[in-house]
Amino acid sequence: MIDVVDLLRCLLVLAAFLVLPLAVGQLEHKTMAHMQSRVGPMYAGGFHGWAQLVADGVKFAQKEDVVPRAADRPVFALAPAVALVPYLVVLFVIPLGPSMVGADLDLGLFFALAVMSVGVLGTLMGGWASANKYSLLGGLRTASQLMSYELPMVLAAVSAAMMAGSLSLVAIVQAWEWSWLLWQLPALCVFVVAGLAELQRPPFDMPIADAEVILGPYTEYGGMRFAMFLLAEYAGIVVLAALTTTLFLGGWRGPSSEELGWLWALLKTFAVAFCVVWFRVAWPRLREDQLNALAWKLLVPVTLGQLALTTVVVLA
Amino acid sequence: MSDYADYLASYASVAAILVVGVLVAAGMLGANRLLRPVVADPAKLLTYESGVDPVGSGWAQSNVRYYVYAFLYVIFAVDAVFLFPWAVVFAAIGWQAAVEMAVFLGFIAVGLVYAWRKGVLTWT
Repeated sequence: MIDVVDLLRCLLVLAAFLVLPLAVGQLEHKTMAHMQSRVGPMYAGGFHGWAQLVADGVKFAQKEDVVPRAADRPVFALAPAVALVPYLVVLFVIPLGPSMVGADLDLGLFFALAVMSVGVLGTLMGGWASANKYSLLGGLRTASQLMSYELPMVLAAVSAAMMAGSLSLVAIVQAWEWSWLLWQLPALCVFVVAGLAELQRPPFDMPIADAEVILGPYTEYGGMRFAMFLLAEYAGIVVLAALTTTLFLGGWRGPSSEELGWLWALLKTFAVAFCVVWFRVAWPRLREDQLNALAWKLLVPVTLGQLALTTVVVLA
Repeated sequence: MSDYADYLASYASVAAILVVGVLVAAGMLGANRLLRPVVADPAKLLTYESGVDPVGSGWAQSNVRYYVYAFLYVIFAVDAVFLFPWAVVFAAIGWQAAVEMAVFLGFIAVGLVYAWRKGVLTWT
């Protein structure tokens, strides 16, 4: 059952869960600032505003907790935790090295995708329980988005499992070869696009489009509960980037020695996270029906073609 | 039976991290409870509607127009459940397994093509 090593792994993954999203948040502050010809936060902590997110966290912790009278109170209060906790659980099964993993499940890929989907329920719960028209519209957009990205994402991930002949995330990285970058390129692109839609990141941030529905499902949230949704978004970027790295970019595999593998995995993860931030700056928001059309007319046919291609590559 | 118990034991650490996650969430909200001020004001509890008094209930009726996507999604989700176990074993079985999955996926793809031709993928 549980021993000291397992508990240590839990604490290490928890530390990563609390630090990596902040690093991605800082990356977003600075990348967006420089891409938009400004400097971003510069004062907190002294050196280039490195402590801005820590200061934000302290501020959030001291904010008053306001639950609207019309809201469905228990669901409203529970929603941020439902959004946040699944990403911690997914992070636990994603490997940084052959043995640097919380738990190497033989169903790892299936488990990761299934648990990742639970996080979206938090947004849906918040959207419904707020009893606010903006929240409801945002929640419906989230549900609509769920219909379109889930399938391409799952099919793209199956392609990697077919190449490796295993659902274990460690086994998938061990089976990875450089040629995957070529064969699996369509699946890689579809996986990242669908992941952006799952995280409600631009250009797919219609559910929280501030110019249309204020902040969608998060409109009525403030203080710590809002901070938990915010942390869930950045943890989601980390999970998506790490999962993309594991499935398609070879995880800890790199040109140098195996001992530095975790460094390669982190480097690739942050490279993908940088692209996620870059897309936010580069592209305007789509409409909800444009995402549905994109998913069913382009992403699903592309992944079906990818599955056929992968089958031929594996068997031939 | 003991194999099954061993298998379940491999998920014990996953259960542990779930408990850790729940504790973290409870800790964040608990810290907030200790640190925050409470300044009661009935106006704060009003539903936000761009600064004016809310009109009717927030749970308003709306036309859920993407329900056809939900039908399509359910059809394909069934297929996704079969794909995962198939992906692990098809290389050992060979072309026979590939053809069988192609027939299955083909039937479903015909459904997508039918929906596409009927125009349900176009927003009206």
